[in-house]
Amino acid sequence: MAIPLEYNVRSVFIRWPSTLVAVLGIAGTVAVFVVMLAMAQGFQAMLIGGGSRDNAIVLRGGADSEMMSAITLDQVRVIADAPGVARSASGDPLVSAEVVVVGAFPLLATGSDANVQIRGLSPIVLEVRPNARIVEGRFFQPGLTELVVGRNVSGTYAGFKLGSTVEFGGGRWTVVGVFDAGGSSYDSEVWCDAVVLNQVFKRPENIFQSATARLASPESFQAFKDAATSDPRLTVDVFRETAFYAEQSRMVSTIIRVLGFIVAIVMGVGAVFAALNTMYSAVASRSAEIATLKALGFSPASVVASFVAESTVIALAGGAVGVLASLPFNGFTTGTMNWSSFSYLAFAFRVTPEIVASGLVFSLLMGIVGGLPPALRAARLPIIVALREL
Amino acid sequence: MVRVDGKGSGALVEIRSLDKKYRRGGEEIDVLRGLNLDVDAGEFIAFMGPSGSGKTTLLNLIGGLDTPTSGAVRIGGDEISRLSGRKLAAWRSRHIGFIFQMYNLIPVLTAFQNVQLPLLLTNLSKAERRKHVEAALDLVGLSDRMRHYPRQLSGGQEQRVAIARAIVADPTILLCDEPTGDLDRAAGDEILDIISRLSKEYKKTIFLVTHDPIAAKRAGTLLHLDKGTLLECTADGLFACKPEDAGK
Repeated sequence: MAIPLEYNVRSVFIRWPSTLVAVLGIAGTVAVFVVMLAMAQGFQAMLIGGGSRDNAIVLRGGADSEMMSAITLDQVRVIADAPGVARSASGDPLVSAEVVVVGAFPLLATGSDANVQIRGLSPIVLEVRPNARIVEGRFFQPGLTELVVGRNVSGTYAGFKLGSTVEFGGGRWTVVGVFDAGGSSYDSEVWCDAVVLNQVFKRPENIFQSATARLASPESFQAFKDAATSDPRLTVDVFRETAFYAEQSRMVSTIIRVLGFIVAIVMGVGAVFAALNTMYSAVASRSAEIATLKALGFSPASVVASFVAESTVIALAGGAVGVLASLPFNGFTTGTMNWSSFSYLAFAFRVTPEIVASGLVFSLLMGIVGGLPPALRAARLPIIVALREL
Repeated sequence: MVRVDGKGSGALVEIRSLDKKYRRGGEEIDVLRGLNLDVDAGEFIAFMGPSGSGKTTLLNLIGGLDTPTSGAVRIGGDEISRLSGRKLAAWRSRHIGFIFQMYNLIPVLTAFQNVQLPLLLTNLSKAERRKHVEAALDLVGLSDRMRHYPRQLSGGQEQRVAIARAIVADPTILLCDEPTGDLDRAAGDEILDIISRLSKEYKKTIFLVTHDPIAAKRAGTLLHLDKGTLLECTADGLFACKPEDAGK
């Protein structure tokens, strides 16, 4: 049996000042680590949340974002007739032909302009994207310069209050409703009739940038994709909407994660030194106890295990404090530029159970790295030398 | 029987031509020189001698805490001077009980937990361990102090806990290094009473290192170490190695 953990836990409390330094060092590191991951997770969840497994997005062949794509009305009709497309109660195919433009509007927080994605869509869009619903006012009427705005828009930009009038693209638009798209990227968008948007912006009338089709079921995707990509009238790429948005979020979330890891590693090195210092002083001040345990017959391996366990206890305490310190950031809303659409997106930090677990595992690693060298020193202490130190 | 001429055989402890040298700075110091010793099971030996004569070094070599420069230490047929660190640790846990001058209790563990430590290296169940610990603490008269931490005990009580820890796993040999060196006379006598009892009633083989002639008198045999050599004594010669001659 090993040296009882109780020995280590009680020893930790006796040396509380140096233990506290190590705990706080690890806590700070874990808190930053968790917050950075929560930011990346929030951004990714916001973009992916806009997608549905039941939806397929169709872009021009070779285009990897809506900004670079073009789909004609004729092609939209072919897509609407493809197998696997769901139909409304009245028998209409659930396909939304969409146009996106970017408009600069002043942020309420800073007064400086930020890009808002303005999406023109088919009036049937609420059936294509049932996760979006009107929460205030009403939906836009086809043919009119009316806007519905995502729930993040009116609180982020000046001039998008319900009932207000906004000028852009040479037209005057009235905000007639606010929609909630469940925290997804659509909540940072402004929606209007695609045909009207094309007219106001003097774009070719029958050209859109993407078509989103509601499928009869998620399993219908392959049949739909095969039909669309093999049809000679179409030169398109078809993506499942969830996969498309995951890809769209990849760059920004990867940047946030990489930055987070770099910051965490730099802080982690500091925290490991704090743990090392704590554990080396623990070993130095308890060399006679260690020698006694070894004299009683505890093996060097059990001494190593004991001190690594002690370091781990300290690190996990730090990890727990760090996670608790990061929890208030859960739900904290911020915004960033989406480099795929060049528009500003608001999103909320998400501290998920997986991120909490990652933070605790990270603290555990710091504990092991910070505890192992002092533990090895403890195991190598010559018994008779250490016994003389009493 | 105890012999220091190296001519015994079959004793529990057999030490042959034992040398121990230390390096201090550039200088080599001979602590033990060609030492021989045979001790049968159940003997109670006291080592006396001036500081630096090698008493504690000899005790450490018998207890497997140190390795000889040359020579052999055989205990119960095991050549412990050839055992590696891990095997030596396992051997110590089975055969040796240590009683130190400064008690060496773990301050963050209770008396019960301190005494239980050697049993954590055995296969005993929790209930069996508890039984053994209670018996050991009862033997040293501290049944009512099981939940106390070392800082809540007097020096004498701490040493009694240390004795309980030394005997709880029923080792073959008890090694006592100045066990009364830090205690007043009354507390020291109590400790010596317990050690004597372990010798007489429980037939433990005991090695006691002491500077105190009164403590040495408790032993069945007194050996004198001087400049790394065990002196075989006679009544009128160097030393009689009889407890009553101690301190003469």
